Amino acid sequence: MSGPLLSVRDLNVRFGTKRGTAQVVRGMSYDLHEGETLAIVGESGSGKSVSTLALTRLIPTPPGRIEGQVLLDGDDLVTMPEKQLLQVRGTRVGYVFQDPMTSLNPVHPIGRQVTEGMRFHLDVSEHEARDRAVDLLRQVGIPGAEKRLDDYPHQFSGGMRQRVVIAIGLACDPKILIADEMTTALDVTTQAQITDLVQHLQEERRMAVIWITHDLGVVAGIADRVMVMYAGQVIEEASVDRLFAEPRHPYTVGLLMSLPVLGDLRGEALTAIPGLPPSPTDLPDGCSFHPRCSFRDDERCLTEQPPLREIAPGHHVRSFYEVDDATARAASAAQRIEVEPPEASNDDGSPDAGPPGGGRP
Amino acid sequence: MTAEVGSEHDPLVKVEDLRVHFPIGRGRDKTAVRAVDGVSLEVHRGETLGLVGESGCGKSTTGLALLRLVEPTAGTVTFDGVDLATLSRRELRRWRRRAAMIFQDPYASLDPRVPVGETVGEALDIHDLHQGKRERSARIAELLERVGLHPDVVDRYPHEFSGGQRQRLGIARALACEPEFLVCDEPIAALDVSIQAQVMNLLAELQSELGLTYLFIAHDLAAVQHVSDRIAVMYLGRVVELADRTRIYRDPQHPYTRALLSAIPVPDPPRERRRVRVPLPGDVPSPTDPPSGCRFRTRCPEVFEACGRILPALQQVGAGGRAACLLHGELGDPVERSPHPDAGRGTTTGSHVAEIDPG
Ligand SMILES: Nc1ncnc2c1ncn2[C@@H]1O[C@H](COP(=O)(O)OP(=O)(O)OP(=O)(O)O)[C@@H](O)[C@H]1O
Ligand SMILES: Nc1ncnc2c1ncn2[C@@H]1O[C@H](COP(=O)(O)OP(=O)(O)OP(=O)(O)O)[C@@H](O)[C@H]1O
Ligand SMILES: [Mg+2]
Ligand SMILES: [Mg+2]
Repeated sequence: MSGPLLSVRDLNVRFGTKRGTAQVVRGMSYDLHEGETLAIVGESGSGKSVSTLALTRLIPTPPGRIEGQVLLDGDDLVTMPEKQLLQVRGTRVGYVFQDPMTSLNPVHPIGRQVTEGMRFHLDVSEHEARDRAVDLLRQVGIPGAEKRLDDYPHQFSGGMRQRVVIAIGLACDPKILIADEMTTALDVTTQAQITDLVQHLQEERRMAVIWITHDLGVVAGIADRVMVMYAGQVIEEASVDRLFAEPRHPYTVGLLMSLPVLGDLRGEALTAIPGLPPSPTDLPDGCSFHPRCSFRDDERCLTEQPPLREIAPGHHVRSFYEVDDATARAASAAQRIEVEPPEASNDDGSPDAGPPGGGRP
Repeated sequence: MTAEVGSEHDPLVKVEDLRVHFPIGRGRDKTAVRAVDGVSLEVHRGETLGLVGESGCGKSTTGLALLRLVEPTAGTVTFDGVDLATLSRRELRRWRRRAAMIFQDPYASLDPRVPVGETVGEALDIHDLHQGKRERSARIAELLERVGLHPDVVDRYPHEFSGGQRQRLGIARALACEPEFLVCDEPIAALDVSIQAQVMNLLAELQSELGLTYLFIAHDLAAVQHVSDRIAVMYLGRVVELADRTRIYRDPQHPYTRALLSAIPVPDPPRERRRVRVPLPGDVPSPTDPPSGCRFRTRCPEVFEACGRILPALQQVGAGGRAACLLHGELGDPVERSPHPDAGRGTTTGSHVAEIDPG
C-alpha cells in the first residue's frame, strides 16, 4: 500500500465561549488511505462534526482555534492559504451533511446546484457540466434525471433530495468524501440504497470516505476501521471486525450493551450507561469517562489522563482498564442475536438463552 | 413483558377500520391525504404494542386518533369496552385522564417559560388531581422522582435539561393524571444511544410497577422489538402485519415486513456482509392517491394479478399473527372500478367501507 491520502496529527479544536474555553477536539491523530472507509461514532457533542469540519477549516475562527497537522497528499491544510483551501474543499474533499435541506438552496433548480461546483472548480463548459450532472444524478438513482434538472428541491422526496446532495458532494470527483450523518434522516430502505451507492462509487473511484454516524448497524456494514469518540477524544480505534467482536474500552462496551439489537429475543433489560457526557467547557480531571464508568477500579482514573495505547496491532484504547474477554463478548451483538437457523433455539427468552450479562455491576 | 398478554381477555383499546383523511387543496384541486386508511388493531391490558413503518405511513396520526387528539374520519375506537364516539364532551374530558401521550421531541412540547415543576403541576390541575398546595407539591416531587429526576429541579426551566432528562419530564407529565394507557410516539428517536436505553428501561419499569399499557410508535424496529410484546407493521395508512415480536422476526408473513427486516443493519460485521436484502424498487406512493387494491403492490416483489383488484384484509396466518396479503388467500374488499379515480370528490370520508369479516 502506498502512503496515506490524509494524515491527521494531534488535531485540537477549541472554542472561546462565555463559559470559558470549550475543548471540542483533543489530540486526534489518524491516517486515511485511498478507497478506505473510516467510521467515526460517538455521542452527540463528542466532536465528530467539528473534527471533520476542521480538516478544511470549515469552522469559524475565531471563536474557533485549530491546532495540529492535517496533511492531504503532503499539503498541510492547517496552514494553507484560504484561496488554495477553497480549491481543496471543492475538488479534493467533498462533504455531505445530514439534512439535505440545509445543503440545498430552495430557490435554485437542482441542476444548477450540481453544476455550480464543477463550473467554478473544473475547467468545463456549461454544456459539459450539464452532461456530467445528468450522469451523476442517474448514478445516484434519480430516475429521468435529464428531465429533472430544472426542478426545485421541494419537488423531490426526502430520499431523492439526499441523493441530489450526494451528487453535489461527488460532482468534482473528490478524493475524500465526508459523510456526516448522511443517512440518519432517511428510512431504512432508502438508507440501504444510499449505502450501496456510496460503496459502489467508492470501488469505482477509489474514493476514501469518512462516515460519521451514531448508528452502529450502519458502521458494521460500511466501515473498514472505526474510531469511537468521547468528549473530544478518540477513546478506541480498531478494524470494524475487531471493534465489534472484542471491544475493550468501557465506553465502547457500554455503548454496545445499551443497544437494542434486532433479533435479540432474550427479553433482557438493556444495560444503560448512567449519567451524561461532560460539557467541553468543564471536563473532569483524569479519564473523561470516569464519572460514568462502571468498570473503574483505579485511583489513577480520577487524576491521570489515560494515553491511547496500542493493545494489539491496529487496536488502540484510551483507558487504564481493559474490559475482560467474557464481558466484551457478552456485549457484542453477535452473541445476542439468536443463532440461526431460527427453529434451533428455544423460545421466548428463557433464562439460559444467552450468555450471562457478565462483568461487574 | 408478561406471558399472559394478548390472551382471551377484552383488549383495553380496540380499533376497527380507523380512517383519518386530511382535506388539502381547494376548489378543483381539493383532495385528501389518506393518512390512516383502514387500520384495525387491538392493544391488550398490560402489553406493549409496537407500531412501526416508514416515515409518513400514518403512525403518529393513528396514535393521535386513538387518543381522540385528531378526529377520525371513519371507524371506531373502543376503550375499555366503550366506543369513544358515543361519549359526550364531559365524558370525553373525564376519559382523557385515562390515556396520555409522550412525544418525540419533549422540548417542543414543554413550554420554555414554565418551570418544569409547574409543567407537571398543570397536568395535575387540569384533572383536579390534588387537594391543596401541599399535596400538589408533594405529588410533583413524587412524579419527578419516579422518572429518575431529583425533586430539586422543580424551579428549573426546560432548556437547562438534556434531551434524556427532558424526555423524563415528558413522561412525568404524562404520568400526572395516572393514566392506564400511554401512546409513546418516537420517545427515543431524538436521544443518544446510551440515553435511549435509560428511557426504554424507565418505561419498562413503570409498566411493570403501574400496570401500564403502551402503544410504542417508532421507526427503529430493533428498539420496537426490544420493548414490544406484539408488533404492528404499517405501510401507507394500513396495518399490513400484526404478530408477536418473535414471530415477526422469525417468520414474517408480509412481503413488506420481509423487505423492512432485510434492510435493517445489524451491529455485527460478519452478519452484515452476509445480509441479503430484498430490494424495494421506487418510492412510497403518495397517500393522496394510493394504488388500488394492495397499497404495497407497486413495489412488491411478489405482486400478482389479484393485488390490483382486491384490498387485502388482515387475516389470521397460522398461530400468533395476522397479515394483509393475498398470498395467504384472497380475502379483502374488491376494488370498485370507477371511470374516475376521484369519484368521491368533496367527501373525505371512507365511502365504501364494506367490511368483510376476516374471522
Ligand atoms: N461555534 C461553536 N462554538 C462553541 N462551541 C461549539 C461550536 N461548534 C460546536 N461547538 C461544540 O463542540 C462540541 C462538539 O460538536 P460537534 O457538532 O462536533 O458534535 P457531534 O459529535 O458532531 O454531535 P452530533 O452527534 O450531535 O452531531 C459540542 O459540545 C458543541 O456544542
Ligand atoms: N394535519 C395534517 N394535514 C395534512 N396532512 C397530514 C397532517 N398530518 C399528517 N399528514 C400526512 O399524513 C401522512 C401520515 O403522517 P404521520 O405523521 O401520521 O406519519 P408517521 O408514520 O408518523 O411519519 P413519521 O415517521 O415521519 O413521524 C403523511 O403523509 C403526512 O404528511
Ligand atoms: Mg454532528
Ligand atoms: Mg410520526
